[in-house]
Amino acid sequence: MDFEDTPEEAAFRTKARAWIAANAPKHLEAELKRAGFASSGVESEDPMAASKAWQKKKAESGWACLHWPKEYGGGAYSPIERVIWGQEEGVYGSLSGPFIIGHGMCGPTVMAWANEEHKERLLPPLASGEEIWCQLFSEPASGSDLAGLRTKAVPADDGSGDWIVSGSKVWTSGAQHSQWGLLITRTDPDVPKHKGLTMFFLRMDSPGVDVRPIKQANGQSGFNEVFFNEVRIPDSQRLGAVGQGWEVSLTTLMNERLSIGSGMSTGFPELFQFCMDAEIDGRPAVDDASVRSRLAQFAVKQSGLKYTGMRAITALSKGQTPGPENSIGKLVAGATMQELAMFALDLQGQAGVIQDADSPMNARFQAMLLRSPATRIEGGSDEILRNIIGERVLGLPGDIRVDKTVAFKDIPTSGRKS
Amino acid sequence: MNLDFSDDQKALQDQVRRFLAEKCPPAAVRAVLEGPEPYDKALYAGLAKLGVLGVAIPEEYGGMGLSHLELCLIAEELGRVIAPVPVSSSIYLAAEFLLQAGSDAQKARWLPKLASGEAVGTFAMVEGQGRISADKVHATVQGGKLSGVKSPIPDGDCADFAIVAARSGAGRGESAISLFIVDLTGPGVIRETLTTIDPSRSYAKLTFDGAPAEPLGGEGDGWRIAAQIQDRAAILMAFEQVGGADRALEMARDYALERMAFGRPIGSFQAIKHLLADMYVSATLARSNCYYGAWALASGSSELPVAAATARVSATQAFQHCAKNNIQTHGGMGFTWAFDCHLYYRRSNALALALGSLSTWEDLLIERLRGANTEAA
Repeated sequence: MDFEDTPEEAAFRTKARAWIAANAPKHLEAELKRAGFASSGVESEDPMAASKAWQKKKAESGWACLHWPKEYGGGAYSPIERVIWGQEEGVYGSLSGPFIIGHGMCGPTVMAWANEEHKERLLPPLASGEEIWCQLFSEPASGSDLAGLRTKAVPADDGSGDWIVSGSKVWTSGAQHSQWGLLITRTDPDVPKHKGLTMFFLRMDSPGVDVRPIKQANGQSGFNEVFFNEVRIPDSQRLGAVGQGWEVSLTTLMNERLSIGSGMSTGFPELFQFCMDAEIDGRPAVDDASVRSRLAQFAVKQSGLKYTGMRAITALSKGQTPGPENSIGKLVAGATMQELAMFALDLQGQAGVIQDADSPMNARFQAMLLRSPATRIEGGSDEILRNIIGERVLGLPGDIRVDKTVAFKDIPTSGRKS
Repeated sequence: MNLDFSDDQKALQDQVRRFLAEKCPPAAVRAVLEGPEPYDKALYAGLAKLGVLGVAIPEEYGGMGLSHLELCLIAEELGRVIAPVPVSSSIYLAAEFLLQAGSDAQKARWLPKLASGEAVGTFAMVEGQGRISADKVHATVQGGKLSGVKSPIPDGDCADFAIVAARSGAGRGESAISLFIVDLTGPGVIRETLTTIDPSRSYAKLTFDGAPAEPLGGEGDGWRIAAQIQDRAAILMAFEQVGGADRALEMARDYALERMAFGRPIGSFQAIKHLLADMYVSATLARSNCYYGAWALASGSSELPVAAATARVSATQAFQHCAKNNIQTHGGMGFTWAFDCHLYYRRSNALALALGSLSTWEDLLIERLRGANTEAA
């Protein structure tokens, strides 16, 4: 038991560290350290330009998409080397925000399902950050129940073999910056829901695609609604067979689970610092017994996530596939972050209500409070994650379903009761 | 990076698990819970024969001379079957006190007997209600004789000797406390077995009236040594708790698969499924924190005090959480004497108090994190 690298890992780390030291955009370091929720922290220049510049530089030296094959613009490194790279990249890693969905989910799906010609065309510019991808999955009426989606694709009536897509997608991060989208549609409403889906990729500047930012509950606009008004997609841009879309989507969702780091942040270090600095009745808040008890609760969650992440890295290092213990990361981090933010505001007393530049730690906890509800929903809600743990880890039976064997068009929905 | 146990260590764990599956079924726990014996003597002798008790005791003192990593995994297995034996008192505490603070003669006298199970030791600090502090230690040694009352002391009614924390000479606060080895079978000792929430382990009130007391470690060093040893023991205890949490979760899972209600297994209801998922989450976080503790214990890291408190707080909560929701999952059946759920519920709540309560360790954790933070700054 140790926290040391193997000789091979140490050699890789040295190489990565030297390259980063020589090439990273050091003039942005201070801003990146202030990275907040859903932003890289870059303010002195265009954040997207900064992200693209760093990604391009990495790609030119073989440090982009470390886990991808070289012929598609990757580095062909092992999973553990990818983790080490992430540790060494440090604050500069937050510049990768715009590429996470493309590199982590869309790219692997294209790699698994597209033909060779498409892979050669699509993957290298995705790896190098020249082209950005978004994932067009969730809809206003199908979130957790993804297979209930209603955006429809029907064959064009001109005999071209093209598909005509109509409908809308929602919660699409980065759609406004994307050149490409990975789109799941319903092609057959007369068969059970999982059987009538088909996956495509499309240019986001296709006629009839309309991207509108959604004003979120916290006032920011990181997500979009994307409308499809008779958008034409060539059949050659179909991934998998007609009706195989659910299977294709599982590739995407499985890859979502494979992105592991050393545990998600809960905001504990910041809260601890705040409790050292803030005062209750003239004494540091950290001296107060009730504060200590709450802090300890947050501390063991933060630490538990950190070492759960390290156990996963250990498994990777030994060449094993990380176990399902990784699915707990977001479940714990999201809920902890929300409770922690409420507690931090409580310690600020009645002034906790203020969210401006004078609020402690640049109003970090107020921002955390307002953003954390989304963390508990995006990428699998708390409830879906508990189902995954219950069914796939503990082996409990699935819920009894009323929607699996009937034709999609006959399933009751919010707007269409049986 | 390698935050995992080695294959050899896991093989030893597996061997201990198989041994305990055979020798320590729930019936063995019940026999102690319901019977007059303070612990399962046959099981304890079996563990000694297997080498388990002396696994981290050096070979020169009759042990196997392996590391504390092996002892962590053994603790996990003992916790998994809530073994009704005095391993925590005799091995995590008494043997560790001797190893860390004992003279050569003291080690030679007691360690081989602890490893062979021939003798049982325990640790006696606490004196009644409330959180322990140096000022609350009233037991006193004068002229080599101990007087005072220690209660509740785990295995106090069956141990051969105790490491006792007491005042000696002048001094105030923590520096007034020294440690003594006291023969519990000798003169000047009255032992009364206590009724507790977990009769599958035994506790006693020890009244000392002029009992001969032999110093262990330096005068005035008692509080410091005890804090150190309790940190080490807390990590081992946390492994017991994680083992118990895992088993309670398994019991709940098995029952949720088998019990039918409303025409379906109750595990198919999200109300039950999510309850079990949350148990899995707390057990997993605790396990990861325990691995951190194991690393600190085996490597002698300066992070040991933080790691010990982290593992302890996390594991205490996980075992309590899993044990109480195991009963909940079983419904009315879970509240019968015949089902084993209450055995785990009792043990989880008894272990939550041994070595200091949850709030005590929460407090220690934050105090230590603060120290680490200040040092770093």
